[in-house]
Amino acid sequence: MVNRYAPWRYILLLLIIVIGAVYAAPNLYGEDPALQISHRVNLIDDAELGNISSLLKNEGVDYRSVELDGNNILVRFDSEEKQLRGADQVREALFANDRRYSIALNLAPATPDWLTSLSALPMYLGLDLRGGVHFLMEVDMESAIEKSLERFSSEMRTFMREEKIRYKAVQAASDKISIRFASAETRDNGRLLLEEEFRDFEFADSNDDRGWFVNISFNPISLAEERRAAIEQNISTLKNRVNELGVAEPVIQRQGEERVVVQLPGVQDTVRAKEILGATATLEFRLVHGSFADWSAAGSSGKAPIGSRLYARSDGSPVLLKRNVIVTGDQIVGAASGLDQQSGTPDVTITMNSSGADRMARVTRDNIGKPMAVVFIEDKFEFREVDGERKRIRSTESQVINVATIQDQLSKRFHITGLDSTREARDLALLLRAGALRAPMVIVEERTVGPSLGQENIDRGFLSVIVGFIAVLLFMAFYYKVFGLVANLALALNLVLMVAILSIFQATLTLPGIAGIVLTVGMAVDANVLIFERIREELRLGNTPQASIYSGYSKAFGTIADANITTFIAAIVLFGFGTGPIQGFAVTLMIGIASSMFTAIFGTRALINLIYGSKQVSRLAI
Amino acid sequence: MLLSCALILVSIFSLLTLKLNVGIDFTGGSIIEVGYQQAVELEPIRQALNSEGFGDAIVQHFGSASEVLIRLVPDVDKDKAELSTQIIGLLQKISDSPIDVRRVDFVGPQVGKELTEDGGLAVLYALIAILIYVAFRFEYRFSLGAVAALIHDVMITLGFFSVLQLDFDLSVLAAILAVIGYSLNDTIVVFDRVRENFRKIRKKTSLEVVNMSINQTISRTLMTSFTTLLVLLSLFFLGGEAIHAFALALIIGVLVGTYSSIYVATTSALVLGISRSDLLLPEKEGDDELARP
Repeated sequence: MVNRYAPWRYILLLLIIVIGAVYAAPNLYGEDPALQISHRVNLIDDAELGNISSLLKNEGVDYRSVELDGNNILVRFDSEEKQLRGADQVREALFANDRRYSIALNLAPATPDWLTSLSALPMYLGLDLRGGVHFLMEVDMESAIEKSLERFSSEMRTFMREEKIRYKAVQAASDKISIRFASAETRDNGRLLLEEEFRDFEFADSNDDRGWFVNISFNPISLAEERRAAIEQNISTLKNRVNELGVAEPVIQRQGEERVVVQLPGVQDTVRAKEILGATATLEFRLVHGSFADWSAAGSSGKAPIGSRLYARSDGSPVLLKRNVIVTGDQIVGAASGLDQQSGTPDVTITMNSSGADRMARVTRDNIGKPMAVVFIEDKFEFREVDGERKRIRSTESQVINVATIQDQLSKRFHITGLDSTREARDLALLLRAGALRAPMVIVEERTVGPSLGQENIDRGFLSVIVGFIAVLLFMAFYYKVFGLVANLALALNLVLMVAILSIFQATLTLPGIAGIVLTVGMAVDANVLIFERIREELRLGNTPQASIYSGYSKAFGTIADANITTFIAAIVLFGFGTGPIQGFAVTLMIGIASSMFTAIFGTRALINLIYGSKQVSRLAI
Repeated sequence: MLLSCALILVSIFSLLTLKLNVGIDFTGGSIIEVGYQQAVELEPIRQALNSEGFGDAIVQHFGSASEVLIRLVPDVDKDKAELSTQIIGLLQKISDSPIDVRRVDFVGPQVGKELTEDGGLAVLYALIAILIYVAFRFEYRFSLGAVAALIHDVMITLGFFSVLQLDFDLSVLAAILAVIGYSLNDTIVVFDRVRENFRKIRKKTSLEVVNMSINQTISRTLMTSFTTLLVLLSLFFLGGEAIHAFALALIIGVLVGTYSSIYVATTSALVLGISRSDLLLPEKEGDDELARP
């Protein structure tokens, strides 16, 4: 009996080895500190590329290369120190003319061109290995709906006024709008017309001793639509904000109905990232109501006269503002922070969109000489125990940051002052530029890994892979001799293939993922152990070496398949129900099972056949 | 058998009385890990935290004397992501040299609850999926035997974590699931041999066949466990703090899993009355299978 493999099998094996080696290779080349420059609106062209490189040359910052990478310019440096200096120079030069550039520090893979042209890339490292921030943010749907109902309630007011429907009051709550009428007749009449106009709503009647009501709420379809719109607008706002922060390769993804995952690799100032992402700050411009005496009276009584609202100024003193808003933050299209030329205090220059500018111009023209206020609005959250259940309580903090007399008609662009620090001015400008969140968001999970710990995780992870790997190699060679060495080659190939597959699919490698690799190394030899033990058994039964090899492999196959499929099932379940890090573990486990089946059965058989196959063998070194 | 029963009883007792020392992944709360440039005393940090109203914070060294881990118990009024920001600010204020924020984990109570539910479900679904596959490939009594062995392994590993009050976090849960996969792998190999021998040998009792099968596979079972333990020990000693609990859970699981696939799984199948006739196939399928290249 001879054990021989057809030539095509060897060709296949060689092919897989070569492909595996090529796609695993990028991981050997490390990373360069780099700068990633992009523009939020314009496409970047070669001229821009030339500008950047001459700029760096003029400023005496050595760089390794400047290249166009899709819609980004990528500048590579030899050291992090040069990278930081380069970033400062580029930022200064580009931001002088145009604030819409985004400049991010980055680690760019130093993969040689011939590999990149085969789209061979290094493995994608998870946040626990490269350092960075992971946030899970939840959209406060209740207030999203509430806000939207508030908006509709004022539309309904206007509609009823135009249609001459006589109503008593309109009240927006968190789930419905209630309109009060004086009689059942006016109510029924009003409801008819409202139903005609506002088709996305459900209408219901009720009455009590105060009067007759129509209760209006979203119908299920429009409610779902409102929720979808809220999360989508929030995602796009978050994307803008992250761009403003200058993060390379951010991940902003919807997860489920009301959550968003935000991953910012390499971000070091997590405190600022948190503030900016979750910030709900926006501005409102309102006219001032009454005189100083009215303000103090209202301040002490706590009651605002009709048509006005009571606010606090930054020093805590009361002020009354008109109920009607001139413009709100969402009509702002541009904002830049700077210093006020007269007082030297921080200020923000604001650019309005056309409808906002029109309204601002009209109101200021009619009110020259009267005071106008800038209100800074922020949503805050608190957890409270309500009836044995934890509830999130939202409160809105409004503060008047500035009251100034209208000197002249304002239009598209104007300054506001009254901010505490340059940092506050800078962050406010950023938030105004990036747009407001449609509904407030809270961080419900945070995982931050500092860069030093990330590096340590990489080092330790790889050290344990290597030590474990070598221990297994030594043991196998000692215990199974020639067959052990063959198994070791298969094990090495298995490792290369796993790295190659992880690289090709750009699956995220996490620390548990490395643990998965280590575990697979231990378990991959199992298939070979099964086969070799079976061969030994067959030899003990007095079979010839060739027959023992043959039946060893064939009898062990069923067992190996069964055992691996069951483990694979466990890995699939892990993947399906796990979160980020656990999924990383499950992915490497699955890849490991598949590639080890191949290397341990097909790979070792090919070698064993080559060594013992077509000759007379009296004994096996097993 | 006696040993297994004793261990399981101890585990159940411990899980009921001492319970698991579940980490913030499941309860919600915050963990902050910071690195100093030199060794630090914990007492000043505790005092500073105490004076700012974080009296219930647990402060301990982590890994080395220059690294500090602060754990905040979930608190109804303070459960917010900003909490870690406040604490880091405070630590920086009382330190002379700049501190290095190494890790911040914050898990909101709702997320913690979901992770607990999802984790429990994952274990349950894994067991069910395996039950079905083994019943389909072998026979339902084997399937029950395999699941009995798995429950045995999971219980004892959990019990170990409970008795020693080790941190039970998401990574340990992942390890438990990996233990299920591993122990199963072992059990299946034994079952496979039992099935093969039942079909081949006609003159022996069920007990003899099972004994023979276990003896034939024992060297393989021990070998594979040994190589797996080799790499796990490497993870345990060299993998760093972040992966310590994970590696430990797997080490315990592999040890228990090896034992259970030899003593628990097949014994359970025997007790349930498995015999030769249950495994004979009506057609000649068995022969085809053996001849598969």
